Amino acid sequence: MPTTKRTVEVDLSTSGLDAQGRPVRVPLVTDDRGNVVPMEAPDALEPDLAGEHMLINIGPQHPATHGVLRLVLELDGETVVRCVPHIGYLHCGFEKIGEYRTYNQIIPWTDREDYLNSPGNNVAFALGAERLFGIEITERCKVLRVIAMELSRVMSHLVWWGTTCIDIGAFTPFLWLFEERERIYELFDMWIGARLTTSLTRVGGMGADIPDGWMDKLTGFVRSFPKTIDEAERMLSKNAVWVGRTIGLGVMSADEALNYGLSGPMLRASGVAYDVRRDFPYLDYETYDFDVPVGTSGDVYDRYLVRVEELRQSVRILEQAIRRLPDGPVNVDDHRVVLPPKHKATSDMESMIHHFKQVMEGPRPPIGECYVAVESPKGEKGYYMVSDGTPKPVRWRIRPPSFVNLSAIPKMVEGHLLSDVIAINASIDIVMGEIDR
Amino acid sequence: MSNAFQPVVAGSACATDAPAPATPRNVPLAGGDANPSAAALQRQFGDAVAGTSVVRGETNVVVANARLLDVVRWLHDDPSQRYEYLSDVTAVEFRDPEQPIEVVWHLRSLAYRQFLRLKVELPRGAELTVPSIWTVYASADWMERECYDMFGITFAGHPDLRRILMWEDYREGFPLRKDFPLRGRFSRSEQLRQALAANPEARYSMEELSVADAFADLPTEMRRRLRAGEKAGE
Repeated sequence: MPTTKRTVEVDLSTSGLDAQGRPVRVPLVTDDRGNVVPMEAPDALEPDLAGEHMLINIGPQHPATHGVLRLVLELDGETVVRCVPHIGYLHCGFEKIGEYRTYNQIIPWTDREDYLNSPGNNVAFALGAERLFGIEITERCKVLRVIAMELSRVMSHLVWWGTTCIDIGAFTPFLWLFEERERIYELFDMWIGARLTTSLTRVGGMGADIPDGWMDKLTGFVRSFPKTIDEAERMLSKNAVWVGRTIGLGVMSADEALNYGLSGPMLRASGVAYDVRRDFPYLDYETYDFDVPVGTSGDVYDRYLVRVEELRQSVRILEQAIRRLPDGPVNVDDHRVVLPPKHKATSDMESMIHHFKQVMEGPRPPIGECYVAVESPKGEKGYYMVSDGTPKPVRWRIRPPSFVNLSAIPKMVEGHLLSDVIAINASIDIVMGEIDR
Repeated sequence: MSNAFQPVVAGSACATDAPAPATPRNVPLAGGDANPSAAALQRQFGDAVAGTSVVRGETNVVVANARLLDVVRWLHDDPSQRYEYLSDVTAVEFRDPEQPIEVVWHLRSLAYRQFLRLKVELPRGAELTVPSIWTVYASADWMERECYDMFGITFAGHPDLRRILMWEDYREGFPLRKDFPLRGRFSRSEQLRQALAANPEARYSMEELSVADAFADLPTEMRRRLRAGEKAGE
């Protein structure tokens, strides 16, 4: 006997809500007279789950944790009661390795720590090493480094913006933003020959001067990029889903943000106008005209607005840097720290000795220490270097902004829903390479 | 939507109308203008300040270990200092085995645009313990944990001082100490064997597992192992 498949017709026009406006929790069926009624359920009491907590593990292999972050959450229903972050899955011992490398040899390691901001890390490390050596870099080098830092900030913010869109459920802006990011990678590819791991700087200068035609390409980027910011912002800033999933989440007051050591857009969204470029300037940032965007409520939405405004300010700084780029040498004229040109190293005795000493031993800074901080896209990035007069640092400490920002995540997520943990985590803009080092 | 949002200000975190700061140029190796907080600390704490110096334009203050928490609390709370931002906590071990290990705190006063480095010297052979400043700065939590993890320095008074970058039952020692070899204490093959034998499920701390009866839901085998005190990878 052939089995006949029996289907229950359900009126699709029912709202699925009962008279009180609550969702109907039992399946709807058609009764004998053709009316849609809830299926009669057996009288079984629902288990009393009040007070029962659940342990949920997110990560380390989860795309929404932006790397190998692992969060252990204690949930009451869907509400987070407690959050215990676990980090260290990407720990590579950069600081230990740095103690066995000369200063120029450390620069490639700085690429790999905050890998969305490699040129910015290179510049920051070079600034620290130059302070330790007592080197004053050339004017052209300063402007080139400002260009590198701001491009790198744009690059990092674009990744943050795009991936946060994905986390919150918007796919389109992600593609637009990553297209712009690709254009910056092409610029760095032209300049130094690498896209991600740039190793752009050297102690006392840059790895290379910009090639012919590079400035035109940068100008083209600076002209067209603000249009993409406007387009992507138009998709999101007044989008009901975006606003509903960001406003009022992970609020940190100004005092809390300071006490938790937040920096960068996280701190500014809470209303503290602390920008290293403004308060402890480097690379002549005090001579550039730019604004420091500051939020008022310190929630995820304000962090978003602050970062978008920072993109616009970076474009402003880039425009000024393009206008003022002076001619002249890029590297300092001191062959004890900067390699002499190859043709001189093979023809001139003194240059050859400098070349040999630098390659075989590395330049020696005087005994001393310094802490140089820059405004990285994530916040205050500091390099603390201690020298004992040998070519290798005694201690090379990275002050990772994401690490400190992430340490506030238990405070930010507690009391929010599980789905909001993803949005809050995205708003911190973490890079695990920098956190674990 | 957030009507109160003021996206742009041209200001800074500095509360006073001090002149705009400039990029430091030709910073001397030693000497130069010291941070006024160093002299204030000497007036306020006297003997607790073992010495001050200016290196590369940054003021170092060496503080007695026992008074560190008082010094930090005063710097944080006093209206003339307002060091409200803790940049960094770390330690330095020198290659010279005679030199003491230094624990270093980098403090920022955003209101007065000042930067101060505090140091505590821990002589060799003595106990590596300094007071935790977690009660003053919540940000010290993870930075002190990292310093403990990497150097083995105990921060007395820290609420949850356990390893952070290395796993909790890591027993090879403290990686950033100078007596720790660059490649670790075991051979590559032994390190690989340990990594493969690690049991990632067991990496919930017992505290986490006790949450919410989750312990009762674990597989019997895992429960037995955890009861026997097993942790990851052994």
